[in-house]
Amino acid sequence: MSELVRIENLKVYYPVRSGFFNRITDNIKAVDDVSFTIEAGQTYGLVGESGSGKTTIGKSLVGLENPTSGKILFEGQEVTQIKQKKAINYNKDVQMVFQDSQSSLNPRKTIGEIIAEPLKSFGVPNKIGAGYGGERSFEQSKVDERVLELLDIVGLPARTISQYPFQFSGGQRQRIGVARALATNPRLIVADEPVSALDLSVQAQVLNFMKKIQRDYAISFLFISHDLGVVKYMTNNIAIMHNGRFVELGTTEDIFNDASHIYTKRLLSAIPSLDVSQREAKRVYRKKVEAEFTQHQDTYYQQDGKRLRAYDLQQVTKTHFVALENGGV
Amino acid sequence: MKEKLLDAKDVSVAFKIAGEYQTALHKVNLSINRGEVLALVGESGSGKSTFAMSVMGLHNPEQTQVTGSIKLNDNELIGLTERQFDKYRGVSVGMIFQDPLSSLNPLMKIGDQIAEAITVHDKQSKEVKNRVQQLLLDVGIVDAKRVSQQYPHELSGGMRQRVMIAIALANEPDLIIADEPTTALDATIQAQILDLIKEIQLKKNAGILLITHDLGVVAEMADSVNVMYAGQIVEQASVEELFNNPKHPYTRSLLRADPSDVNPGEDLYAIPGTVPALNDMDHSKDLFLQRVPWLNDEVVNAPVSEELQKVNAQHYVRGNVWKTFEFEEPVNNEEQV
Amino acid sequence: MWQTVLRRVLLMIPQLILVSILVFMLAQLMPGDPFYGNLNPNSDLATIERMRHAAGLDLPWYEQYIKWVGNVLHGDLGTSYVVNKGWAVTRIIGQRIWPTLSMGIIAAILTYFLAITQALLAARNENKLIDRALMVWNTMTSAVPSIVFYFIMMVLFVYIIPIFPISGTGIDDSQNFTTNFFGNLSYAFLPALTIALFSTNSIFQYLRSNLLDQQAQDYVRTARAKGVQIKDVFRKHILRNAFLPIASGIGYSITGVLGGAIFAETIFGYPGLGALFVQALSGRDYTVITALMLLQGFLALMGGLLSDIISAWVDPRIRVK
Ligand SMILES: Nc1ncnc2c1ncn2[C@@H]1O[C@H](COP(=O)(O)OP(=O)(O)O)[C@@H](O)[C@H]1O
Ligand SMILES: Nc1ncnc2c1ncn2[C@@H]1O[C@H](COP(=O)(O)OP(=O)(O)O)[C@@H](O)[C@H]1O
Ligand SMILES: [Mg+2]
Ligand SMILES: [Mg+2]
Repeated sequence: MSELVRIENLKVYYPVRSGFFNRITDNIKAVDDVSFTIEAGQTYGLVGESGSGKTTIGKSLVGLENPTSGKILFEGQEVTQIKQKKAINYNKDVQMVFQDSQSSLNPRKTIGEIIAEPLKSFGVPNKIGAGYGGERSFEQSKVDERVLELLDIVGLPARTISQYPFQFSGGQRQRIGVARALATNPRLIVADEPVSALDLSVQAQVLNFMKKIQRDYAISFLFISHDLGVVKYMTNNIAIMHNGRFVELGTTEDIFNDASHIYTKRLLSAIPSLDVSQREAKRVYRKKVEAEFTQHQDTYYQQDGKRLRAYDLQQVTKTHFVALENGGV
Repeated sequence: MKEKLLDAKDVSVAFKIAGEYQTALHKVNLSINRGEVLALVGESGSGKSTFAMSVMGLHNPEQTQVTGSIKLNDNELIGLTERQFDKYRGVSVGMIFQDPLSSLNPLMKIGDQIAEAITVHDKQSKEVKNRVQQLLLDVGIVDAKRVSQQYPHELSGGMRQRVMIAIALANEPDLIIADEPTTALDATIQAQILDLIKEIQLKKNAGILLITHDLGVVAEMADSVNVMYAGQIVEQASVEELFNNPKHPYTRSLLRADPSDVNPGEDLYAIPGTVPALNDMDHSKDLFLQRVPWLNDEVVNAPVSEELQKVNAQHYVRGNVWKTFEFEEPVNNEEQV
Repeated sequence: MWQTVLRRVLLMIPQLILVSILVFMLAQLMPGDPFYGNLNPNSDLATIERMRHAAGLDLPWYEQYIKWVGNVLHGDLGTSYVVNKGWAVTRIIGQRIWPTLSMGIIAAILTYFLAITQALLAARNENKLIDRALMVWNTMTSAVPSIVFYFIMMVLFVYIIPIFPISGTGIDDSQNFTTNFFGNLSYAFLPALTIALFSTNSIFQYLRSNLLDQQAQDYVRTARAKGVQIKDVFRKHILRNAFLPIASGIGYSITGVLGGAIFAETIFGYPGLGALFVQALSGRDYTVITALMLLQGFLALMGGLLSDIISAWVDPRIRVK
């Protein structure tokens, strides 16, 4: 397995202004010193409650936000700042799919124009396959051809090309978002809550589809979600995030079978189960975890002003890391 | 003997669209007992909210036809005037909505919004302040004093939904309708809100109509389940029956689409197609069968009796296809929306 | 909150300086000056030059500006050369400002009162006869050119149904408006009503469509589910939310009075600042003109400030803690 993206000690702070002169008086530490690695062809899950900083990591990774400090390496090359990303046409390799397909698709553009956008900037690859690095063409006829091909890949009819976003259902719009992200043969797609707004039946379509393009084109995903059920099905590795910090990190099995941090346990205990016979037991367990979480915060967190700040990660096994003092022993 | 709280018979709803009435709900029968949680589940667009709004009498009378009978505590609701409905809304039945941010008035203090639910039915009510504080405490908001002085945007999503629940509870209604109460919330907050609803329901012995598209929520909360598709009930069962012994192809398809118990190596079952548009619904057929590609036209178009078929005393299903229905293996469902 | 207001007020200082320079330059660009044209035709060029020199009009513009600003800061806006020859400009404005201010306030109150009642009526009866009628009326008033509209009002209320006193006859130009405040106020009513009727339509259209938008919002459903009657939902919930985007305009509409007054005052012979402006303009009484433009600039800035304060006051979401 080869490393595709490495993130080292990433920090993204948003300034808080206040006082008479509107000076920066504080920072929101949206992302506070996280490191992880995404392998080629794998799906990395990023899980946490809303406000924990997931989207901010995604945005820094695709170049919609400049990190405050830390490093982002793409195949060993530094691409931390937006400037560095622009210099190597990084976005032909890294694209994003947003949760809210409604607002991320320009309502005044046709689907054809929306999908063609990245092709106009980065050219049409001559061959399909993740990260194809060869010749790229900017001819209009090639662009049109590629748009049709993409619509076919995401299972939408050719006439879609001249239609507008409002004419589609949520699931269809999500596929259009995926088609746009796929246009340039990226190697990594950051998928920010891609199915959170969808019905079960449509969610299944989109998830199957993401798995299929991963198989066919060896694409990597950074899969952001607060739904652990979906994450379990989709990912190989998972980072659990709380207040801008990673509290636990490991393979999907590590997290689901061997969760060590109380925050992870709390997330897991909140997943509704389809097993009706277990529900009372689960409710009792959930209450117990919640009590542990609220009563023993000093065991699991450092205090940082009013905010809970997770400890630095400690290695437990080869793949499994937990943010506990002394690794929880 | 269980006490029947809500009894809906043959409830149909049609909306006036481009000058013509189109049926959104077709002859829905369901009843809720006191102290029971009844889940109404189905994909979006299947008619769940339309049913809830009929019980609340909140459809626009100029654009909507509601027929059939809805009785709450033996009082008929269909045909009430607006003024009569105003007296019963918020008193006999309280409602919780999906998005607690947009469901609260952004310009009004939390305390005032809860107080309004009390004073609108009881102008002279003294002690309103105390009751508001008590309601906030009841829904688990500890610093009630401060929160009642705040505005909706100053609260988290979970807190806002607690406030909505406090509003619904203000007059201790017999029936609480919760329309996707946790869909907009994080899983941890969802669990807390569901636990809170359960707790309240046990304490007040209220009936709950819980509307959701999330089967996990159903499994956690419901005593009985009604599965709705294209404006009709297709399966009606106790919660154990529904999950252990699902019958209707729609219910079974939904359960198979849920990723939580599927091996990551396998594809999920993705139901092809979508809920049909209102003008494309022939309610004499089992409309879901159109979305089962391997059934032949004869089966798909066969007329279906209005009565649900009995499986056992706790379990009723629409049509007959469930008796022989099998998934086609291997499931082939690529690239369909 | 107060900190923000204070910051905004301090920010106004550089803005005011800019406005004053602009106003001063505009005055400079105006053709001619009071000493050509309006003086005794017999006076010779040398006399005029002497008078110009005495008034400092032969200095370079920046020196004139600095001198002028210095005077302004001391409350000295110069003396009128034409309109009320020899009077201090502050005195003229001090006298004329009351009629205009009272007319402006009456006009603003009437405008919002008419717009709100009409919009509520229309929205509550969407697509019914009354809604359609109000739409037609308001489209009409917005389509008619203002001059035609003012003349219709004039003819209607002065000759056909003369219920309002019309000024030219009543108010004495030289008499202080405040000494007979309420008597004089009655003269303000007709021009104010005219301004209001004419400016209601845009607020009406906007408010009506806001009301309809707000009516479809989720919080309305919540209020209905509590058992609040629809008319109370409008009153207590919808109106305030629909009014929000308009509220910030109130500040501007009060200070925009001067602009609207020019027309109304001239037509109805009402002796306020608007009429003064026209008089001063035709007489090239440019100390008066400059003072009025400065006042207008100041009012515009105050309007902006007022609007911000109003917005923050009605909308807790933009209130700064
Ligand atoms: N542009 C921004 N300016 C200020 N704060 C922001 C901005 N974007 C996000 N934040 C804050 O950063 C934190 C993390 O946000 P986000 O990455 O969106 O979380 P998540 O995606 O996990 O819900 C939150 O506290 C959020 O309010
Ligand atoms: N006021 C209305 N006017 C016209 N059509 C409506 C109206 N309300 C709902 N519908 C339609 O009725 C169907 C059922 O909607 P709804 O009850 O909201 O479904 P659910 O709550 O199950 O998602 C949908 O096709 C929807 O578009
Ligand atoms: Mg996010
Ligand atoms: Mg609904």
